[in-house]
Amino acid sequence: MDFNDTADEAAFRKEVRAWLDANATRKSDDRQSLRARNDDPELLKKAKEWQDKKAKAGYARITWPKEFGGRGGSPILQVIYQQEEANYLVPLGFFDIGLGMCIPTMMAYATPEQLKRYVKPALHGQEVWCQLFSEPAAGSDVAGIRTKAERDGEGWVINGQKVWTSGAHYCDYGIIITRTDPNVPKHAGLTMFFLDMKSPGVEVRPIKQMSGGANFNEVFFTDVRVPDSQRLGKVGEGWKAALTTLMNERLAVGLPSGGLDIDELMELARDTDLEDGPAIRNQQVRGKIADWYVQQQGLKLTRYRTLTALSKGQTPGPESSIIKIVAAPKMQDMGAFAMELMGHAGIMKEDVPHAAGFQAQWIGGAGFRIAGGTDEILRNIVAERVLGLPADVRVDKDVAFNQLGKK
Amino acid sequence: MNFDFSDDQKLLKEQVRKFLADKCPTKVVRRVLDGTETHAEEVWKGLVDLGVPGLAIPEAYGGSGLSPLEVCVVAEEIGRAAAPVPFDTSVVLATEALKLAGSEAQKKKWLPALASGQAVGTLAIAEGPQPPKPRNIRTIYGGGRLNGRKVPVTDGEAATFAIALANTGGAGDRALSLVLVDLGQAAVAKRRIETIDPARKHAELTFKDATAEILGGEGEGWRLLERLYDAAAVYFAFAQVGGAEAAMWMARDYALQRQAFGRAIGSYQAIKHKLADCYVKLEIARSNAYYGAMMLTEGGADLPLAAAAARIAATEAYDYAAKENIQTHGGIGFTWEADTQFHYRRSRLMALSLGGPMAWKDKLVTRLEQKNAA
Repeated sequence: MDFNDTADEAAFRKEVRAWLDANATRKSDDRQSLRARNDDPELLKKAKEWQDKKAKAGYARITWPKEFGGRGGSPILQVIYQQEEANYLVPLGFFDIGLGMCIPTMMAYATPEQLKRYVKPALHGQEVWCQLFSEPAAGSDVAGIRTKAERDGEGWVINGQKVWTSGAHYCDYGIIITRTDPNVPKHAGLTMFFLDMKSPGVEVRPIKQMSGGANFNEVFFTDVRVPDSQRLGKVGEGWKAALTTLMNERLAVGLPSGGLDIDELMELARDTDLEDGPAIRNQQVRGKIADWYVQQQGLKLTRYRTLTALSKGQTPGPESSIIKIVAAPKMQDMGAFAMELMGHAGIMKEDVPHAAGFQAQWIGGAGFRIAGGTDEILRNIVAERVLGLPADVRVDKDVAFNQLGKK
Repeated sequence: MNFDFSDDQKLLKEQVRKFLADKCPTKVVRRVLDGTETHAEEVWKGLVDLGVPGLAIPEAYGGSGLSPLEVCVVAEEIGRAAAPVPFDTSVVLATEALKLAGSEAQKKKWLPALASGQAVGTLAIAEGPQPPKPRNIRTIYGGGRLNGRKVPVTDGEAATFAIALANTGGAGDRALSLVLVDLGQAAVAKRRIETIDPARKHAELTFKDATAEILGGEGEGWRLLERLYDAAAVYFAFAQVGGAEAAMWMARDYALQRQAFGRAIGSYQAIKHKLADCYVKLEIARSNAYYGAMMLTEGGADLPLAAAAARIAATEAYDYAAKENIQTHGGIGFTWEADTQFHYRRSRLMALSLGGPMAWKDKLVTRLEQKNAA
């Protein structure tokens, strides 16, 4: 056992590092980050420039075939590139959904002419894509969407509302799942399209989150016209297309990084004076630190197991399905505990070292437990796909969508 | 990145797994649990024939000279089967103690005997209530003689020799030494004791002027024990991971078969989420155990930290899977005839025999502090 690169991986890492050194600034602190936010148009501009540079150098999408501007490389090379890029102060996060989910769905369903038109501008950051799936009444149960698309001559007319759409207000295109037949059970009446986000009738409104940030939007559709040529897959087979998209979402391996962790918690415990001395000498505190350390290590090492499979050209096992189930509650609970150590001052946003960081984890953890699959849905997935337990009973399974809830 | 076992190691694991599935089904565990035999001799003999006790013993001492990784994969299978054999005692604790601290003469005498299965070794540390500490060890060694009482001693009756922790005079933890004592002599009295896990027999050993010799330096006992426990924690973690996995699948199989309110209980989220949590804890434990194995094999500086993390994670995973296995079974799971009890008993035995989670969490943070200070 070792954590070393193979000779090929090491050579690739060296090449990537040299290119990054020549083209980007190395971070002086791990916590520096230029992650995508809705409210920073300057950052988007920089991100587009960086994406173009990456695409020209062949690093934008390493696993894609060469005909689409990739390099036909293995997933482990993609991971190595991301590991190295994370050490540099470059804008990230604007193209993950488009290139990770939307364009792969296009590759599965769009015509060669459409791919010729759309893939390259997406890869080079000239056009940004979003994914229009969730709705106010369809979160975990995404097949329950209500946004409808109706035939109108050669095309379709879309009416309805989407929500939690990252980047919608700066995106150029989106893939959207719609209901085209409410007279059949919910999974059977769906159809997918791609559309121009600048189409008349598309209105984007940012959502301010509990954390104060605004990374998501509501998107309203009023009589938005889409030609039939922009349909992805057959009419009524939108669920199959959506699964293609979501499958690609799961391939995006990664952990939220840059937040405070065990080191900062220990520092805080050393500096905190409890009744019987420094908090770090208190057995309850030590017990909690140990539990979170074991989780933190467990997550890191589980990822190494996944990378090992990729490095050997194998399909990773199901072990990576545990990552968010562990990471999200840990973030929330550790943040809350660190605040408790500070006493009443744990509520203050000023003057207390690390307070803001741990508060951000406590707040952010509440969202992280929901985003991209709730704790509960992820447990269902582990129970069903890993342990082979039965799916939940679906009372809506054989009922026409427009008859649901009418009994 | 190569954070996995080799194909040969996986093959060995498969071989031991098949052997145990065939020769050590749960009815064998039950036979030992209900009966008077010290261990399942035919299973132990089969493991000896497979070369298990000698895997990590150097060839010069009659072993196969393989690495700790081979012992780890076997440990997982022993744990999965809850096998009633002196693996943790003889293959892990006694063998590791000799490799760690034995003199050339001691190694020459005992390691070949351990490898061939002629000898079974064990460790004798506790002396009744109270976790063992330098200030409460009353067994005394001096002038080549051992006097005192050790209880509980796992495999105390089956073992040929024991490595005991004894007071040799001196201050603080320097008062303690490890001593090797042959259990075949008349000066050693053995009495079987009742424990929570009768599938692993335990004894009280009383020494009255028993002939014994120091293992490792005089006054080094406490420090050697800590190092021995770090290595053992990794092997135990693999056995715990194997046990946790077995308990998880036992619960899952039952949840698929048992019907309530018109459907399989495994279709209810209260059961599904519980079993998903078993899997989550199991994978966290497995990953930490792998790192422990890697550090043990490399003799890495991170071993003390990795061993503590492996032990904490594996103990939690096994405890949780074993208790929720019974819970998933409902009333039938609480009967003597159900197989659920084996893992419930074994998980607690394994959790306590090297010191419980509370002590290991304290150790882990101490080691983290040391690492951060360095």
